[in-house]
Amino acid sequence: MLINCPYCGPRDLSEFTYRGDANRTRPADTSTDQAAWNAYVYERVNTAGDHPEYWQHSGGCRSHILVMRSTLTHEIASVSLARGQKKASARRQQKKRPARRRQEDRT
Amino acid sequence: MSARRTAGGGRIDRTRSVRFHFDGKAYTGFAGDTLASALLACGLTLLGRSFKYHRPRGLVSAGFDEPNALVTILRGDVREANIPATMIEIHDGLVAESQNRFPSLDYDLGAINQLAGPLFSAGFYYKTFMGPAIGPLKGTRLWMLCEPFIRRAAGLGRAGYATDRVRYERMNAFCDVLVVGAGPAGLMAAKTAAAKGARVILAETDPVLGGSANWSNETIDGEDASQWAARTAEALAETDNVRLLPRTTVWGYYDGNTLAALERVADHKRVPENGEPRHRHWTIRARHVVLATGALERPIVFPGNDRPGVMLASAAARYAGEFGVLPGARVAIFTNNDSAYAAARALQRQGAAISAIIDTRPNVSETAAGLANEADAEVLTAHAVVATKGGRSLSGLLARTFDYQTGRFGEAVREIQADCLVVSGGWSPVIHLASQAGTAPIWDDALQAFLPPEPTQKWTGAGAFLGHFSTAEALADGHAAGQAAAGGAKARKPALPKVESLPVDPTPAPVYEVASPDGKGGKAFVDFQNDVTADDVRLAHREGFLSVEHLKRYTTLGMATDQGKTSNIPGLAIMAEARGISIPEAGTTRFRPPFTPVSLGALAAERYGELKPDRLSPMHDWHVENGATMYSAGLWYRPQIYGKAGETVEQAYVREAAAVRRSVGIVDVSTLGKIAVQGPDAAAFLDRVYTNMFSTLPVGKARYGLMLREDGLALDDGTTWRLGENDFLMTTTTANAGNVMQHLEYFLDIVWPDLKVTLTSVTDEWAGAAVAGPKSRDVLAACVSGTALDNETLPFMGIVHGEIAGVAVMICRLSFSGERAYEVYCRAGFGRHVWETLIEAGKPFDIVPYGLEALGALRIEKGHVTGAEIDGRTTARDLYLDWMLSKKKPFIGSMMMDREGLVSEERARLVGLVSLDNQPLGGGAHIVEHNDPHAIRDSIGHVTAVCYSPALGKYIALALVRRGKARHGSRAYISDPLRRRFGPVEIVSHHFFDPEGSRMHG
Repeated sequence: MLINCPYCGPRDLSEFTYRGDANRTRPADTSTDQAAWNAYVYERVNTAGDHPEYWQHSGGCRSHILVMRSTLTHEIASVSLARGQKKASARRQQKKRPARRRQEDRT
Repeated sequence: MSARRTAGGGRIDRTRSVRFHFDGKAYTGFAGDTLASALLACGLTLLGRSFKYHRPRGLVSAGFDEPNALVTILRGDVREANIPATMIEIHDGLVAESQNRFPSLDYDLGAINQLAGPLFSAGFYYKTFMGPAIGPLKGTRLWMLCEPFIRRAAGLGRAGYATDRVRYERMNAFCDVLVVGAGPAGLMAAKTAAAKGARVILAETDPVLGGSANWSNETIDGEDASQWAARTAEALAETDNVRLLPRTTVWGYYDGNTLAALERVADHKRVPENGEPRHRHWTIRARHVVLATGALERPIVFPGNDRPGVMLASAAARYAGEFGVLPGARVAIFTNNDSAYAAARALQRQGAAISAIIDTRPNVSETAAGLANEADAEVLTAHAVVATKGGRSLSGLLARTFDYQTGRFGEAVREIQADCLVVSGGWSPVIHLASQAGTAPIWDDALQAFLPPEPTQKWTGAGAFLGHFSTAEALADGHAAGQAAAGGAKARKPALPKVESLPVDPTPAPVYEVASPDGKGGKAFVDFQNDVTADDVRLAHREGFLSVEHLKRYTTLGMATDQGKTSNIPGLAIMAEARGISIPEAGTTRFRPPFTPVSLGALAAERYGELKPDRLSPMHDWHVENGATMYSAGLWYRPQIYGKAGETVEQAYVREAAAVRRSVGIVDVSTLGKIAVQGPDAAAFLDRVYTNMFSTLPVGKARYGLMLREDGLALDDGTTWRLGENDFLMTTTTANAGNVMQHLEYFLDIVWPDLKVTLTSVTDEWAGAAVAGPKSRDVLAACVSGTALDNETLPFMGIVHGEIAGVAVMICRLSFSGERAYEVYCRAGFGRHVWETLIEAGKPFDIVPYGLEALGALRIEKGHVTGAEIDGRTTARDLYLDWMLSKKKPFIGSMMMDREGLVSEERARLVGLVSLDNQPLGGGAHIVEHNDPHAIRDSIGHVTAVCYSPALGKYIALALVRRGKARHGSRAYISDPLRRRFGPVEIVSHHFFDPEGSRMHG
C-alpha cells in the first residue's frame, strides 16, 4: 500500500504509523460531559467503506495526515495534512451521527 | 537412451547429458529436464509415499500443481524439503531424496498404515487427541504418549538443522505493465504493451517462456508454436523497456497493485555465479497487471485413482512434447471432455499405443472421434474407470458402462491393459491472484469452472485465465490486454498471428467423481497430498461439517503444500452433491497468498541476524574501559554494574549503592529521553499534557511531572526544566521516549493545532551525569566554575549554568536516589571529557561509578516508580501520586481518570515488601495470603521490582497489591512457582528509606 504524503510524496505503508480513527471528535478540554468523553475514547463506528483515519509519517516528515481509506478495498480516496482539519472533520462527524443511530436501532 | 525417450523434439538438449543423484543412486538426464521428467525417462514411476497411508505415488502433473512427487533437495548439510520434482531443473551434482518412507520408497514400513485405513479418516486428529471418552483410560493422559509416534508416521519431508549460508536478496521494481504468465496470451500482451512504449515486466514460473506453446503441437504464423514463442521471447529480451523474469512465480497480489514474486535465480545451477543470490524476492508495483496465468487440468476422482501411472492428460502430453518422455507404452485415456483426445493423438504420434479412450459422455463430437481414429484408439463412450490394477505401478484398469446423468452403472465391465492412464476432468482457470486481489470468483455452468471476478484493482485478464482455452483466443486476448494495460489509442485492426490448432472443445460433462459401484476398487482420492478421499468428504458431510471452510479444516482438504491446486473443485463438487446443491451454492474458498510455497530465505533476504542499531551513550567507551558490564535496555546499552574481580552482581551493586548513601557516586543518565518543548504556548501545552501545573514554574527551576493517557491511566513521568520563558526541556523514561514524543506530536497536530509550540527530540544532543550522595556538592565545587552551588543559588529542583573544564554545563539539582544529587548536562560531544573531570574531582571523596542495578536499588529504597510500575494498567492513585493531579485545570485523561473502576479501593496499589526469610524476592512473583506453597491461587498482586537494600540490610521489593496502603504491616507470601520460591513477606510503605526526604533536600 502506498500513502501519498502531502510533504514527501507516495511512500510505502511501512513508513507510517496508524494513529487512530478520525471519525470522532474530542470534547472541548473543559467539557465535563462524561458520556461524550466515553464515546470519544471507546466508541467507534466500524465503517464498511470510506473511513477517515489519522496516520503519522513517523519514518519521514513526522506530520500527521488525514487519510480517507476504504475498509473494503483499502483504496485511498484522499490524503491531506491533519492540521487544520479539525473543523472539517467535526462537520463530517455531525453528518454521520444519524446514520449511526439507525444502525443501533436495527440491532 | 532409455526406452521411454521419444525419438526427438522437446526443449531438452539431447547432446548434453546431466548426472544427478536420487535416493543415493546416480541417474542421467538431459539438460532441460526436470527431475520429474528425467526420472520418468529412467523408468521410475514410484516417486513418493503418501501423507497418511504411505501409499505408493507417482507423478500426477508436470508443473507446480504436482501433489505427489515431493522430494528433499540436499545442498551439503542443508535440507530443503517438499519441493515438487516437476519444479526442479536437473543439473550436474543435484542430490535429491524421496520423503516419508522408511527404509526406502520401494519397501516402506509405514505402508502398514493402510491396514488401519478407517482409523485415519477425516477428523482423525480431532477425534484421537481428545483421548478416550469412555472406558478405563478415560481422562488419562496415556493417549498423549502415543501422539509423537502417530505424528511421526504422518508427514512430509524432514527439515534440517544446518544453517543455509547461501545468499538471498530482495528487489523492488516499478513498471507500467506486469504480465504474469508467458504463454501465448502473456507473450502477446507483453509484446503489445512494449510496442506502445510501456515499461513491461514479464514473469513466468517455467524456465522457458511459451507455456502451452511448448507442447501443444500447434502452429503459429506457419511455424511450430514453440518456435514462435522462442522467437517472440527473444525479441522481447532485446527490447529495452522489457524485463523478462523466467523462473519467477508471482505469488501474492496485494493492495495498490503491489505484487510479490519469487525468482529462483540459481536453483538450476550447481553453485550460484559470483554475486548471484539463490532466490530473489521481488516486490513489484505495477500501474497495470495482465493476468495470463492459464488453466489447470483437473483429475477425476475414481477408485484406485492414486496408483502410480495415473496422471493428468495435459501432463502426459507435456512430458511427451516438452521433455521427450513417454509416460507409458500402452496408454489409456479417461475423460469427460474433448481436450484429452488431442493428448491421445500427441502421445500416439510420439510412439505410445493408445489402448482405449474411456469417455463418460454417451456421444463424442466428430472432431474427437476423428482424433481417436487418427490415434488408432478404441473409444468407450458412456463408460467410467471403476478400478485400477497393479502394485506400485499401473498394469490395467476396469471400465464399466456408466450414465453420468444418473450416476448408475451398467453391467458391462471391460478390463483394459495399460501402464499409464491419463485423466482429464476439465479445466480450472488459475484465478488465484485475481481472487487475492478482489472478491469471490464466479461459477460458469457451461465451462464447469470458476472464472475470475470483476477486477477491484487494475488488472486485465487474458487467455485460459478467462476461460478462453484456444490459442487463437489467447493471442487475441493478449493483444487486447496489452493494449488496455499500456493505455492510449487502440490499433484499429490488430494483425494477430494465425494459429493452426485442433478444434477441440474442452467444455466438460459435469463428472467429478465416479463412486465405486460395489464398494470395491479401492480408495478414491480427492486430495492426493493430504490423503483425503471422497468418503472423507462425505463423512465430513454426515458429521455436519457442511461449509466449505469447515470441510477444509476438518478433512484438511486443500491444506497441503499444493493448497489444493488439483483437489479444490472436485472436493467442492462432492460436497455439493452430498448436500444436494449446486457447486456455486456450496461456495469456494478465497485464495490467499502465497500461490506456491515461498522460501523463507527469500522473504528474510538480508534481514537476519542482529539488525538493531546500537545506541551508545557518549560515555560508553569509558564504561567499557572501566569494567562495566553493559546491559541492553531497548536499543541503548547501559552499565549494569562496574564489577570488581570476584564480585557477584549483587555484591557489586550493593557496594555501589552503599557508596552513594555514604559518600558519592556517579551514574550516566544520557539515555533519558529529552524533548525540547518551545514556543509561546509551551507552558500552556505542558499544563494540558501533564497532570500538574507547569505554567507556574519559574525560569531556572525543574518540576517532576506525570502524564496520563486519554483513558486516564498513567503514561509516563519525568522532570521538565524551564530554561526560559518559552523554552522547556522535558525528560522522559529511557524506554518511553519515542512513545511520549509521538503522543505529544499527535496532540499538537490534531487536537490543539492552534497552540504555537514546536517539539524537538534532543535525546542525542545532551550527555548527562548524575552525581549523587552526601558529598556530591563537594565534588561539583571542586570542578565547576562560573556559578555558586549553595542551597540559596541551587536549591532542590533549581537549575544553574556553569562550566566544567572549559565546557558549558547545565546543572539541575534533582534526585532519583534520595540523596543530595545533581544532574550535569553538557553537549554530547563533551560527555566523556566532563564525566572524566567529575570522576577526577570525586577521587578525594572516593567517588564510585554506579550502574543500573545500583540505580534500581536506590530508587526502590525510595519508592520511586519507573516503567515497571507505570505499566499501562496503573493510575496515578494506584501509585499514590494523587498529589500531582491538579484540580485547577483540565489535562489529558482528567475526565476519564475518575471513573468508578479506576478509583476503586480494591485496585492493586503500590506497596513495599520486606522479605521475612532473608531470601531474595523475584520480579513478577505473585503475592498470596495463604501460607500454602502448593496452592497457586488467590493472587492479591505482583512484585514489580526487587533488590537487596544496603540501607536496610534486607531483601525488599516494590509491588502492586490490592487495597495497597490498607495492608501496611500485614503479612503475606510471595509465590513464584516458576523459580520454585515461596516465602513470607511483610507489606510496608513503599517509602523504605528517608520518607521525609531530608537527605535530598538538605
